[in-house]
Amino acid sequence: MTETTKTPAPDAVPTPTPAPRGLLPLPTAAARALLLAGGIATAASAYLAWTWTAEFPGDLTFNGYPGGLQWLTFTAGLLTALFALASYGVRGLGWLLPARNNAPLVLTALGGFTVTWFTVIAISAQLGGVVNLEPGGWIAAVASLLPVLGAFALPQERTGTDGTKETLKAYVAKPDRIPAAQATAPWIQRAVITVVTIIGLGVFTYGIDTEYGELFIGYLFVVTFAMWALHTAGLMDRFSALVAANRSFTLAMGFAAAIAFPFTQTDDHYANIGVNILIFGTVALGLNIVVGLAGLLDLGYVAFLGVGAYTAALVSGSEFSTISGVHLPFWASALAGAAASLVFGVLIGAPTLRLRGDYLAIVTLGFGEIFRIAVNNMDGDSGPDVTNGPNGIANIPDLNFFGFNFGQAHDIGGFTLGRFANYYLLMVLIMAIVVLVYTRAADSRIGRSWIAIREDETAATAMGINGFRVKLVAFALGASLAGLAGTVSAHVTYSVVPTPYQFAGSTPPNSAFLLAAVVLGGMGTVAGPLLGAALLYLLPEKLVFLQDKSLLAFGIALILLMRFRPEGIIANRRRQLEFHETGQLDVPKQTTLTDEPAVTKAGA
Amino acid sequence: MTTPVLEARDVTMRFGGLTAVRSVDFTVNAGEIVGLIGPNGAGKTTFFNCLTGLYVPTEGTVSYKGTVLPPKPHLVTQAGIARTFQNIRLFANMTVLENVLVGRHTRTKEGLWSALLRGPGFKKAERASEERAMELLEFIGLAHKRDHLARNLPYGEQRKLEIARAMASEPGLLLLDEPTAGMNPQETRATEELVFAIRDRGIAVLLIEHDMRFVFNLSDRVAVLVQGEKLVEGTSDVVQADERVIAAYLGEPFEGDPGEAEAAEVEAAEAAAEAPSTTSSTKGEAK
Repeated sequence: MTETTKTPAPDAVPTPTPAPRGLLPLPTAAARALLLAGGIATAASAYLAWTWTAEFPGDLTFNGYPGGLQWLTFTAGLLTALFALASYGVRGLGWLLPARNNAPLVLTALGGFTVTWFTVIAISAQLGGVVNLEPGGWIAAVASLLPVLGAFALPQERTGTDGTKETLKAYVAKPDRIPAAQATAPWIQRAVITVVTIIGLGVFTYGIDTEYGELFIGYLFVVTFAMWALHTAGLMDRFSALVAANRSFTLAMGFAAAIAFPFTQTDDHYANIGVNILIFGTVALGLNIVVGLAGLLDLGYVAFLGVGAYTAALVSGSEFSTISGVHLPFWASALAGAAASLVFGVLIGAPTLRLRGDYLAIVTLGFGEIFRIAVNNMDGDSGPDVTNGPNGIANIPDLNFFGFNFGQAHDIGGFTLGRFANYYLLMVLIMAIVVLVYTRAADSRIGRSWIAIREDETAATAMGINGFRVKLVAFALGASLAGLAGTVSAHVTYSVVPTPYQFAGSTPPNSAFLLAAVVLGGMGTVAGPLLGAALLYLLPEKLVFLQDKSLLAFGIALILLMRFRPEGIIANRRRQLEFHETGQLDVPKQTTLTDEPAVTKAGA
Repeated sequence: MTTPVLEARDVTMRFGGLTAVRSVDFTVNAGEIVGLIGPNGAGKTTFFNCLTGLYVPTEGTVSYKGTVLPPKPHLVTQAGIARTFQNIRLFANMTVLENVLVGRHTRTKEGLWSALLRGPGFKKAERASEERAMELLEFIGLAHKRDHLARNLPYGEQRKLEIARAMASEPGLLLLDEPTAGMNPQETRATEELVFAIRDRGIAVLLIEHDMRFVFNLSDRVAVLVQGEKLVEGTSDVVQADERVIAAYLGEPFEGDPGEAEAAEVEAAEAAAEAPSTTSSTKGEAK
């Protein structure tokens, strides 16, 4: 990022002129041409050999065939060229730039520049010096710089009137108004959603399948800049409008894509990542009911996942289970796990939910730790023999549905589904149930009372809401959903041990990561916690070199996110308006209400 | 007219050593508009909080239509007393319609299971709630803003919305805590008409207010609370003519003034402080 901001800075000429102009003194036509040519050149440079040895992962030594990170450069260059063509007004590409603004051009150019320079620098650093770069690498570096220069030479209304920082901000700002899309036939809308889902599945699959850390970082660069570009182009808004109009179709497509994922995988390892993301995401969604809707800060939530997992392990028929004679079918053990978590949720919630805010957070944190320590000690030595203490319950047998053994690979329609793919599909089903529960509960009398409690508990009780009771319902529902996910996770991991169910650790799931997934993704939304969970699972999985510094990195990332986008990556409509005053089109002009929440809180 | 909707008997509220409300007896009859006035800090809002269960009165009982109310806000609302707040407490990040729907909470009973299963009963109840809420929004004139966030409404409309939200719980008695605070004369006039319209719907109204013209125009009876005690109660004319009320507001001493003894004490203390001041003045300056 630092390189990207440096480039235009020295060229900032502070001579104010009334006509809109760029940061760099180039004619507009030349700037556009530079963008287009640079984009094409960047994409083309991916076909050259960047280095001489295959030691750098991904093997970037071939002329005529891109590999690994070169594909990302190619994609970014192609996107830049596409947006540049759209800015020329080429027929059929107008939809890419509905507001005719320059920000998407700047951002895609920056995306290509970042990923290319990252690769070139990574090659030099890893192999020991720039001498390891082939001419192709130098060409790629120069080619990816061209569209950036072009982009910053494009005219900008506010150039020169403000400081450099403001000008740079204006370059990547989203215009206030995006022209409304033309009305399209329903089948076109659905076709668009289908195409976007397929692209989304492709992008997501690519991210999961990245084989080495450098590729994943490059992937994050490209995806972030591309998403940002689409956002500033107004295409995200248009797509959300489409989704809003075809809600159930989108949901169906989303699940179809989720089901399709294991069929795109050849290695069961990636299905394993997939199933773990789903478990993590499901639990995060359960936590979202407690935190996002009812506004109860629960720092010991992972304990409910543990309760579900231990319950399922105990009744799974494992010989290490203290009641090994019991072997329930999965539906019964899933229900038992959910029910046990529900009971624990009520037991923990009943005394603690009388507390508010920070006090509740501290008490739930305590209960979370109590669960882990209690499980650790129930080994027959320091307590009753229930959980085998730190050894846990091992050898949990695989599930078997009507002769369909989850532990074996199955061939379905020419595709081989391995063990983890089987569990992945089961988890998709459970996720569907949880999403259904979440959306239905949120949009109902009880969901409204949760939000009311979150907004102003005193006013909510004065409106006849039994605060304690609806909070307990939220707590118990969240707990039982986590327990449900826990029953599957016990079978997926073969064994259940106390260590993962802690407050904070460097790998998910733990309470801190769960909360981070909800906050990072966007509280009160369905897609937010799922995206947050996917990100938080993949980062430590892919960036192995971070190791014990990963917690530090997350801390910094979370602080940055809270500073620049406090409502999370996917913003709830409410939250977005809460953190950014404007947003509703017909907001009354004189807002006497800007300090209203403070007043209400002062009166509390 | 004579059936009491609200009957507060001997209500006392103490916070440690401070007695904020001292054995107040108070009734509101069906179809009445009653005003509650008093100087700042007289205990009006505390008394309101005792009535609505936000505070548990130290002594005394509050009953609604003959049944004694438990001191729990949600049960009080369920029984039929709804309230607004002195400083608006809307659910700022919910839409106008959702705010009113929350007010319907006690009059609907769909729980979690029916929300998850979405049977015909659930849909019917949701539709009925929404119709009722929209009808109330029409009544206060905010139907066209149903999908706005409550925080984005102008001040006057927020006040109105809070009233609509309270009315959604189908109360027999509505408690308004300073409904015209911060309003301009036109808005105050509109609120006056709104209160009359609410009364015409068969809802008794008890209001706290500082705008005297507003209170005396509106109320069938006015009660005056001074230092936690009910000083006078009667029609507008009676209250306006009462010397003690004027004195309480303007601060003139009168016979039997609860503050008189304290005032005398303060004076005595000041006089006592005066005497040695000559010797300790240097100390005082050093401070």
